[in-house]
Amino acid sequence: MKIAVLVKQVPGSESALRVSAEEHWVEESALDFEMNESDSYALEEALLIKEKVADGGEVVVVSMGPAERTPKVIREALAKGADRGIHIQEEPPYETDPFLISEIFAAALRDEQFDLILSGLQSADLAAGQTGVILGEFLGMSTATLVMATELQDGSIKVKRELESGWSQWITLPLPASITIQSGLNQPRYPSLRGIMGAKKKEIKALSKADLIAGSAALQSWERLYIHKKEKRTEMIEGDLNQVVTRLVNVLRTEIKVL
Amino acid sequence: MDILVVLENRNGALHRMSLEAIAAAQALARDLNLTVAALVWGPQAQNLAREAATKKVDEVLALEHELLEKYSSDGYAEALKQVIEQETPRYVLVGHTYMVRDYFPKVSARIRKPFIGDVVAYRVEDGAPVFTRQVFNAKLVVDVVPQVDPPVLVSFQSATFQADAVEAGAAPVREITVALEAEQIKTQSEPPFQEAAGDVDLSSAEVIVSVGRGIGKEENIPVAEELAKAMGAELGSSRPVVDAGWLPSSRQVGSSGQSVAPKLYLALGISGAIQHVVGMKGSKNVVAINKDPEAPIFEIADYGIVGDLLEIVPKLTEAIKEQS
Repeated sequence: MKIAVLVKQVPGSESALRVSAEEHWVEESALDFEMNESDSYALEEALLIKEKVADGGEVVVVSMGPAERTPKVIREALAKGADRGIHIQEEPPYETDPFLISEIFAAALRDEQFDLILSGLQSADLAAGQTGVILGEFLGMSTATLVMATELQDGSIKVKRELESGWSQWITLPLPASITIQSGLNQPRYPSLRGIMGAKKKEIKALSKADLIAGSAALQSWERLYIHKKEKRTEMIEGDLNQVVTRLVNVLRTEIKVL
Repeated sequence: MDILVVLENRNGALHRMSLEAIAAAQALARDLNLTVAALVWGPQAQNLAREAATKKVDEVLALEHELLEKYSSDGYAEALKQVIEQETPRYVLVGHTYMVRDYFPKVSARIRKPFIGDVVAYRVEDGAPVFTRQVFNAKLVVDVVPQVDPPVLVSFQSATFQADAVEAGAAPVREITVALEAEQIKTQSEPPFQEAAGDVDLSSAEVIVSVGRGIGKEENIPVAEELAKAMGAELGSSRPVVDAGWLPSSRQVGSSGQSVAPKLYLALGISGAIQHVVGMKGSKNVVAINKDPEAPIFEIADYGIVGDLLEIVPKLTEAIKEQS
């Protein structure tokens, strides 16, 4: 069983974001980066699947991003138990079109002949939620999204898909398959000290986005990134604890009228 | 036609977000002077066609095929690809539902045209629409433009357009066909089921006290429970709290939980991720307490307090108890 996991480094959810001067990305200097949340669940699921398979196999972590910071997220995955890494090096301006991003990943992964590709259902930064599916199409794989459980079978994988309003559905996909993972389906492990030490010796293959892109162009592009105007006027209740609580009780009683 | 609006079949009826998609198509048609066709398909497509024909669209396209009776991403993507090739629309519009998230990227891959997803607004510039999406945890927005010839696929976020803004009309229905083979559908699906019996109906609650990740740990849940009790409110939660096992999934508000519209939604330590917001933005009043002044929940709150909910909420509970 040969499994690829796509992980992405994104600004931490508590990061204060500043749009950069050219209005196409955020100022990265002040940001803490972390593994995209649903990607960390995808990684854990890949490791769990590998551990269940009799002949083991291989978990390959794949990430696209700048040379300066991306190796950190790949090392983190290797420390948790992935076997090797592929780093698609990309310097700013970053690609934002999910179709072109998928073409780049397809070019990087085609020859590897993966049985399974797992990825988080969407990234916190671009939030497109398309790459896992389009990549699967380009590689001739079956696809499923929003997966909440997996059961590997002989030549296929059965997955529980999340539908709307608390509904779910089991579907069976023939391998090879590309599956996008919903957060919460497992408990991502912490790397062990031995894992951290071992990760230093594991291979990370570096590829260049420019070599993989091969004349392809984006189908959609970002024109301008900005802070959106508020739809509502928010009254911020300020002051010391007693003032805040007094005002809030007053609001609940006389304005919203729920007390 | 110029605009193809794809309607979603939910157990033989129109999905609520499909009505919003019709409103989006009508707005774009007005702005750009374009014609609109609505596509209905899936089980009992004729019933949906009758409903769609009462809306102000130029035409309703009804597609029935035994392989579309049950949803599959392969079948739906292949069928829509063929409809797009036959009808050559410039814009293919749809609501950003879970089903659309599953098969629209596949259509994009197959026709090699852009899918601009989860759009929250559009404006017309030089005779062409510019689409606005939320990015970076909905803290920022970006204007997106297609870089290739039509068609472009666009999905709209829930509540971007209003279902009750749909204009009525009388449209002719035209039956269309596609060529689908069973071998084109790689997956096999079992019937949908409901995960947990919904023992809590939050949709009729007058007041909801809702807990997010900011509550910190399971041991702090009673802080919110006591406030809910003092206010006669139902307890709700965001997804991370359910994922952590601190509250049952029957309490979850958001795209994968319940949609609510109470008189008051009191959000405690909820950041306001878009998946949560789509389930509660119909609330009449939103009060948010969060320690992060940049939390997106403040964007939609009527009243906001930046601070430690573990300090504020017990005091608030005490003050409310004293009142009554």
